[in-house]
Amino acid sequence: MTRERRNRRLFARLALVALGMFGFGYALVPFYYKICEAWGIYSLGETRAANVNTQIDSSRTVTIELDANARNLPWRFRPLVSHVQVHPGELATVEYEVVNTRAEPVTGQAVPSYGPPYAGEYFNKIECFCFRQQTLAPGETRRMPVTFVIDPKLPAGVSTIALSYTFFEVAGRGGKS
Amino acid sequence: MSAVVDTHAPGKDAAHDHGHGGHHGPYGGIMRWITTTNHKDIGTLYLWFSFIMFSVGGTMALVIRAELFTPGLQIVNPDFFNQMTTMHGLIMVFGAIMPVFVGFANWQIPMMIGAPDMAFARLNNWSFWLLPFAATLLVLSFFMPGGAPGVGWTMYSPLTVQMGIGMDFTIFAVHLLGMSSILGSINIITTILNMRAPGMTLMRMPLFVWTWLITAYLLVAAMPVLAGAVTMTLTDRHFGTSFFNAAGGGDPVLYQHIFWFFGHPEVYIIALPGFGVISQVIPAFSRKPLFGYASMVYATSAIAILSFIVWAHHMYTVGMPVTGQLFFMYATILIAVPTGVKVFNWVTTMWKGSLTFETPMLFACGFLFMFTLGGFTGLVLALVPIDIQLHDTYYVVAHFHYVMVAGALFAAFAGIYFWIPKWTGRMYNETLGKIHFWLTMIFFNMIFFVQHFLGMAGMPRRIPDYPLMFETWNRISTIGAFGMGLAQILFFYIVLDTIRNGKPAPQLPWEGADSLEWTHLPTPAPYHTFETQPVIK
Repeated sequence: MTRERRNRRLFARLALVALGMFGFGYALVPFYYKICEAWGIYSLGETRAANVNTQIDSSRTVTIELDANARNLPWRFRPLVSHVQVHPGELATVEYEVVNTRAEPVTGQAVPSYGPPYAGEYFNKIECFCFRQQTLAPGETRRMPVTFVIDPKLPAGVSTIALSYTFFEVAGRGGKS
Repeated sequence: MSAVVDTHAPGKDAAHDHGHGGHHGPYGGIMRWITTTNHKDIGTLYLWFSFIMFSVGGTMALVIRAELFTPGLQIVNPDFFNQMTTMHGLIMVFGAIMPVFVGFANWQIPMMIGAPDMAFARLNNWSFWLLPFAATLLVLSFFMPGGAPGVGWTMYSPLTVQMGIGMDFTIFAVHLLGMSSILGSINIITTILNMRAPGMTLMRMPLFVWTWLITAYLLVAAMPVLAGAVTMTLTDRHFGTSFFNAAGGGDPVLYQHIFWFFGHPEVYIIALPGFGVISQVIPAFSRKPLFGYASMVYATSAIAILSFIVWAHHMYTVGMPVTGQLFFMYATILIAVPTGVKVFNWVTTMWKGSLTFETPMLFACGFLFMFTLGGFTGLVLALVPIDIQLHDTYYVVAHFHYVMVAGALFAAFAGIYFWIPKWTGRMYNETLGKIHFWLTMIFFNMIFFVQHFLGMAGMPRRIPDYPLMFETWNRISTIGAFGMGLAQILFFYIVLDTIRNGKPAPQLPWEGADSLEWTHLPTPAPYHTFETQPVIK
């Protein structure tokens, strides 16, 4: 009968749809990975290599000249090295040494200056003794770190930066109080 | 009332192979049910099967609630608790709610469109008889080493890859259930598209038939995807593939995407036939035609189409781009529009109608109120910033029980009370029916309304133990659960009482009912109906 034939044909079509949807479930697998890749959120297959800081510009080297002065202060103040060479973006630490030669405690504040002066904008200090006032006991020797990163945006013409610290005595503090 | 149409029409009907006339099939006793190709018999089988599964799943719910009566571990160990939550979900979704509506479809669709039977009567028999075997596999998994899977009804990887042999039983059970649903759906689509009486155009079909047509399409499109997902799990477990097995380069989150691509349409597979039942019941007891019939059809189709592009709102917290979250959030909120159309149409149908509140109407009103509440909490959960807080809490449990129980189950009760006079030729006890409704309504809210509070206070779901501060609401919830369980024993009694002692039903028990099974057929419906198709004018 025609109705029976129509029924069978519809059955075949719908069965094909069901079969197709079964396949579609499997098609979702590559589709899922493609979507994840497109969004940049597919991280399962990546092996985690040692952390590499991609922000270091290793094509450039900048020389940091270190300088230290004590203005009207009985302190012996000097960097442990006269200069270091760093890549922009690289974390570097240098150390200064200060000795209080007076027989009483003294408080001082270090003030940095840069040469060329605009290099200061690219000189990002993470830790520095100049962030705080330093109080030294009579005759005390102290080593103090400066941790810094040179911003990779440092203008190309700059290959040397002079970092100079000057210690000023903080009046009314330390031994004079 | 139109004349009764039940004439002999030799050779007219190729779809069923019994003799014609009013006598029963060739076998008596149990063989009648095993070999039957009659849509009414198969409908009855579906309905009883789903009631048995409803009782089994309900008992599991009571085990869960009993354990949660107080903090600490009293009755079951956490492993068994997990098996209970898993099996409760699987059995209720696939064993109770889906078959009950397939039962309705089998009984009602041929009668409502003036067809003599389903398009593929033998296939129909097979679709049903797959189910008891699937259910047996599910239950057998409890007796396997390691017990039934305790992975949650969603069967998420990676737990499913690690579970014992019970998981394989569940996977094969899902295969059988899926096969049954797909074959049943193809049958329903073919029946609706090819077997309608002359003059029964698509836009004249009762809305119940429409919702089932759309549901059947959803099933054909969604169930194979679930079958694929569990097949991938199976091959991951035993055949060395690595779809979800992270150790082999697979991705467990992928499973969630595939599962919910099936899972969200599944939500509407459960809800839409319920909408259909409600769309038959409310006009009958309002004594008005359904308001906005065409918009109901379009709204149902819109819900069905949208249901395929919102799946990831079940998994906002697994890690996805903000753009993805926004897309799924807006798409989900969009579903509120066609759903709102339906709710307003139902309310407008009742507006200025000559309302009476027999049990089917009470359940329909309960449905309307509670389902809308469940819809609102669904909107709350659709919002990414809120969902991140509420994900996997009891708020979610409360939400989906409002749509699954107060939505689908209440609609099923409404349908059973509505059509049982047509099926059995006897009236149920109206007083007991009303008591059943009010008990179910009150205890349902006692169980689940308080779970909103628990969820917002941060109680996670699928946990057998909880901090002391959650105790009060959990106690209330557990008491409500046992109350609701007892109310269903009353329902069982009402059905038996109707079949055995019910007063004979009048030809048209509901004066507002106007679809073919009421206007063109005697009550009770004879074994064979519409062997000569009526002509609809």
